[in-house]
Amino acid sequence: MDARRESEPTPMKNRTTVERKSERELVVTRTFNGPARIVFEAWTTPKLLMRWWAPKSIGVSLLSCEADVRVGGRYRFEFGHGASKPMAFFGRYIEVTPHSRLVWTNDESDEGAVTTVTFEEKGGKTLLVMHELYPSKEALDAAIAGMEDGMLETFAQLDELLLTLGASVGRS
Amino acid sequence: MVQYARTRFDASFAALSDATRRGVLEQLVRADASITDLAEKFHMTLTGMKKHVGVLEQAGLVSTEKVGRVRTCKLGLRRLEEEAAWIERYRQLWDARFDELDKVVEELKRKEKVDGRKKRE
Repeated sequence: MDARRESEPTPMKNRTTVERKSERELVVTRTFNGPARIVFEAWTTPKLLMRWWAPKSIGVSLLSCEADVRVGGRYRFEFGHGASKPMAFFGRYIEVTPHSRLVWTNDESDEGAVTTVTFEEKGGKTLLVMHELYPSKEALDAAIAGMEDGMLETFAQLDELLLTLGASVGRS
Repeated sequence: MVQYARTRFDASFAALSDATRRGVLEQLVRADASITDLAEKFHMTLTGMKKHVGVLEQAGLVSTEKVGRVRTCKLGLRRLEEEAAWIERYRQLWDARFDELDKVVEELKRKEKVDGRKKRE
């Protein structure tokens, strides 16, 4: 790493932003220090997707990754967490414009979003915009509430803790 | 973020160290309630109950909302806070992915450079 720092300045980390643009839309943006053809390649080559889609910090690992990046082609990512049953993320590509635009559906349920990723190159850098359009406000609300399952789990644990505490207070 | 989680955690334990506050949480597991309801149920003054609810609120265990003259307490965060917290977690997920993607991009760039050099030679 140090050798590289001598030859070229370490690039500043680019910011990732997420915004709920409307009742049905989420937008994620990020700039990459490389040309669009390279960023596009990293989004469309399974071997490369495997390397970045499931970073260690998210706590699940990517077991397999299939991506037939052609109009009508299918993708399927399988995730695992310990011994629990693997979860799959799958759908179809509905638009593929090399180096500039990728659109896919999510077919896990009727509530899945249509995701459009655009790659815009400027001065050797690429601005990536990922736009997720949900079929309804309720679908996006549910996606958000779904992630709150962790919160419910916390409350279940809290319930147990309260019972234990209550029991020990009762005894004393 | 870790620091923040830690503070929340400590605040949660402090909040749970009191029997009345644990009772309030048990009550709210069953149904939302106003401060007045809670004060009556726990034979307490309104001011006393407000203090307890304040501690639970600080710990992020309870949120309150005033509608008209009644302040209602419920378990968990307010909807807007919930959404903001979710968006932040979603941002962290993509940020972690993109940090790894940065590495892939750097590697592909280096490879292109080397390949280009080879072609010219």
